[in-house]
Amino acid sequence: MTTALSENAISKPTPRLAELFTVFFHAGLIGFGGVMPIARRLIVEEKKWLDNAAFTDLLGPSQFLPGAMVVNLAIAVGTRFGGTMGAIVAVLGLLSAPTIIVLALAALYGRIHDNPQVEGLLAGLAAAATGLFIATALKMARPLHGKRVGIFIAAATFAAMALLKLPLFATILIMTPISMILQRRFGP
Amino acid sequence: MMSDLLALVLVFGQLSVLAIGGPNPILPEMRRQAIDVHHWLTAPDFAALFGLAQAAPGPNMMVVTLIGWQAAGLPGALIATLAIFGPSSLLAGVVFTTWNRLQDQPWSKLLRAGLAPVTIGLSLAGAGTLAWTMGQNWLSVLIIAGSAIALVRTRLPPFLIMAAGGLIGLAGSFW
Repeated sequence: MTTALSENAISKPTPRLAELFTVFFHAGLIGFGGVMPIARRLIVEEKKWLDNAAFTDLLGPSQFLPGAMVVNLAIAVGTRFGGTMGAIVAVLGLLSAPTIIVLALAALYGRIHDNPQVEGLLAGLAAAATGLFIATALKMARPLHGKRVGIFIAAATFAAMALLKLPLFATILIMTPISMILQRRFGP
Repeated sequence: MMSDLLALVLVFGQLSVLAIGGPNPILPEMRRQAIDVHHWLTAPDFAALFGLAQAAPGPNMMVVTLIGWQAAGLPGALIATLAIFGPSSLLAGVVFTTWNRLQDQPWSKLLRAGLAPVTIGLSLAGAGTLAWTMGQNWLSVLIIAGSAIALVRTRLPPFLIMAAGGLIGLAGSFW
């Protein structure tokens, strides 16, 4: 359960606007192939702004709201610690480096697109990013240990998305009420 | 030029709130608008820029920045980026302000507890699908497994793990 959320939030370090910017800038700058694993490492493990449960709690809506998940996550974290300004600052921090890098890559594109060394480098970065995604998902799953309903719901959601290829929104709309009903009836 | 900027705002502003789970659901309509309707770029360009946006840091949605750049240069890139992230961000701002305010309501706690394992399942599925797509040869499988283990087992900063993966990929291209 996520009851620790509200009580602990007060005693935890509260980031200032400049810190919100730099953390998301950092995540955007090195997030080749995906920003989320790096954002979680910085926010949960290094800065300790949120614990694992509170992070998962904000990641849920970030996934089902439209838009890029990490942008929504930046808004979630920014809003929580700095209101509207916090959200704006976090999103600007997140997107400024990638915007410049992607435009620079596009400008170079004519020269690099059939260079095997560049392709090898980018493929290696993408593969490493994939590994970080797997590790991050596994870390998020740790609190499920010993929770029968939680494990069942996570496994069923995994199967619906990865094996049955159901649409994301339908999966969330079906699985969340089932999860709520089962947890109410049988506990976590 | 002005008409292209306006078209970028209209096309991507609308697609913004339909992009649930990232760019995949809006990809067909994005392609149709950019290639067939507005002739901002060709189909091979579109595929190449999508690959570039995936490889570059930041959300994959940044393919939109590149389409804007093709359509109207730097102003186009900035306007398109603003259009694709603006409306969805406003919605997220409203939702999260409410979400934070309601965190002590009993039904809200039940909703959060219900959503948590679904979120974890989605993250695992996303990681699994990504690994399935990316693990095309033994070298990438090796990098994927190695970096996953490195992040779980060690305190190495993700930056170093990424750099190692890139260097191994680079070395592999010489061989």
